[in-house]
Amino acid sequence: MATVDVDLPHVKDEDPHHHGPAKGLGRWLYTTNHKDIGSMYLIFSLCMFMIGGTMALIIRAELFQPGLQLVEPNFFNQMTTMHGLIMVFGAVMPAFVGLANWMIPMQVGAPDMALPRMNNWSFWILPFAFLILLSSLFMPGGAPNFGWTFYAPLSTTYAPESVTFFIFGVHIMGASSIMGAINIIATILNMRAPGMTLLKMPLFVWTWLITAFLLIAVMPVLAGVVTMMLMDIHFGTSFFNAAGGGDPVLFQHVFWFFGHPEVYIMILPAFGIISEIIPTFARKRLFGYASMVYAVASIALLSFVVWAHHMFTVGMPLVGEVFFMFATMLIAVPTGVKVFNWVATMFRGSLSFETPMLFALAFVVLFTIGGFSGLMLAIAPADFQYHDTYFVVAHFHYVLVPGAIFSIMAATYYWLPKWTGHQLNETMGKLHFWLSFVGVNITFFPMHFVGLAGMPRRIPDYALQFADFNSMASVGAFIFGFSQLVFIYNVIQNVRVGEKATA
Amino acid sequence: MAVQNEKQTKRLAVRLATAALVMFGFGFALVPLYDVFCDITGLNGKNFNQGPAQIVAVDDSRTVKVQFITVNPADMPWSFEPTERSIRVFLGEDRQTAFYAKNPTANWMVAQAVPSVTPSEAAPYLHKVNCFCFERQPLEAGADTEMPLLFVVDPELPEYISTITLSYALYDLTGEQKVTQVKPSKDKGRVSL
Repeated sequence: MATVDVDLPHVKDEDPHHHGPAKGLGRWLYTTNHKDIGSMYLIFSLCMFMIGGTMALIIRAELFQPGLQLVEPNFFNQMTTMHGLIMVFGAVMPAFVGLANWMIPMQVGAPDMALPRMNNWSFWILPFAFLILLSSLFMPGGAPNFGWTFYAPLSTTYAPESVTFFIFGVHIMGASSIMGAINIIATILNMRAPGMTLLKMPLFVWTWLITAFLLIAVMPVLAGVVTMMLMDIHFGTSFFNAAGGGDPVLFQHVFWFFGHPEVYIMILPAFGIISEIIPTFARKRLFGYASMVYAVASIALLSFVVWAHHMFTVGMPLVGEVFFMFATMLIAVPTGVKVFNWVATMFRGSLSFETPMLFALAFVVLFTIGGFSGLMLAIAPADFQYHDTYFVVAHFHYVLVPGAIFSIMAATYYWLPKWTGHQLNETMGKLHFWLSFVGVNITFFPMHFVGLAGMPRRIPDYALQFADFNSMASVGAFIFGFSQLVFIYNVIQNVRVGEKATA
Repeated sequence: MAVQNEKQTKRLAVRLATAALVMFGFGFALVPLYDVFCDITGLNGKNFNQGPAQIVAVDDSRTVKVQFITVNPADMPWSFEPTERSIRVFLGEDRQTAFYAKNPTANWMVAQAVPSVTPSEAAPYLHKVNCFCFERQPLEAGADTEMPLLFVVDPELPEYISTITLSYALYDLTGEQKVTQVKPSKDKGRVSL
């Protein structure tokens, strides 16, 4: 924890109820200050990002050449599973909650979050959830190896013993997310400054309000599905076991009923961040504020009726395929509204290209690429070809890495001077951006090609004809992975020393 | 502001927590909803019409091919085969066929077959008048048997369906049989333990 011994003057200034924060570790354990908790969330997320990233590099190192070189296939499967779980639940979601903790009270004019004690609680259970999850790596039989989507019966009948630890880990992180979401909604609805009507709120606040409702709607369903797994494994029920009258396809329906809104949970706050940054660096007001709000709301509503596009190949009837295909394509409309609004905001603006803006621009371009490949996957007949190939991997990494992750980077560069009072090192920021931008594209763009050519995902070995693109992707992954060290160095430097911020 | 606001916040937090609890329940409610949905629509090949069918006329202008497939889960040692792999039937015609099962182990065992129909759209039109899958099948060590299936294909079967595949998976229920009483199942075509 890089910031432990750093003196944060604002904590003393703004909290009249205490005589300064407690000393030592107690300060962080008992804190109810939204900024402290926000920082802890962000630091935790960064740690998880590095752990999940290391796992990604193990995957890419193994895939650098065809054949089995470095790891056992079973360990490879554990890596893909843990990489997915840690990045989704450990890196992206806590980072957005951390940003919400820092920014939402300030943006709505509240002194702190509405439920500060619960805020402390919702953060502090999170490290334990991931300790439980990560400890499974050292257990006999190994960590979960059934993919981050943990389809039954792979995750029930054929799962390693450690699956129970995975289930409790998911329960705890779900509880943490739900508490965080309740807190955010309560803060936004009850603690706005007088005169700030809902349609005057900054967009980051709006997107988080909607995201929080999504969290409350679907995280309990995730808790439900892992509870059903737990009962199938230990208590002899047969939710997903055909021998007992259950149905494994039911698992996929319940999982993706959670899973699809979940992917919007990971991208809506990113939309909010980008909608804050682009107007600043275009020196214009955001184009179409109201339409942005309505677009986010309609994306959130639509997210509940598209889940089966993840499972076109389970043998759905034609009517189902057609419905989920068109419902999915409908989401492109509000998403398109947002992209066009960002472009219109920049149109004839006096643009400048500081680090946050570079990340925001990369977000708009690369997220749109990810959106388009998503549209290709939405076409049910074509999806039979793309299903479970690297094309899917390319698609969701394009929306999550240069989408969610770049927006978090952009937000950090944009707001860090506000948090620490120190100006960021712009040269290092730009170096980090360009290395990341190039690295991400070298990593994920070739995956489109190998995917379309038929390379399946989640395999440690592959046919010879995919070798060139895979070694390219591995090189890109190492560039992207190690360029994050520049980011960490830059942030630590900024927190410790650094020029005083001007405005 | 403070007191008023705190009350409001508390009330809102309680409501939101209740909403989360309701959604947890909804996750479980999806299980019966899923079955109801499959029952109504016949998706998933789950809708099995049992008992005598109300079909009067045989449509001798149209036939459909019915294929039989058997599947043994990994831990099931029985041999289990259809006596006929594929038959052609007239719509509305009563037709009988049989499946052969043998218990090669040295122990008495009980099994039950779970059926599935492909394409799932055909499931509502396949009436089983009598099927071995309605009940459990015990077999002594080394014994074998032929298990009957009597079915009718509804003449209402959509034009575009020319082949129906009926698949049976045979599950070992010996362990269950020892510990639990056999409950007559009210579920259509589903085995409940």
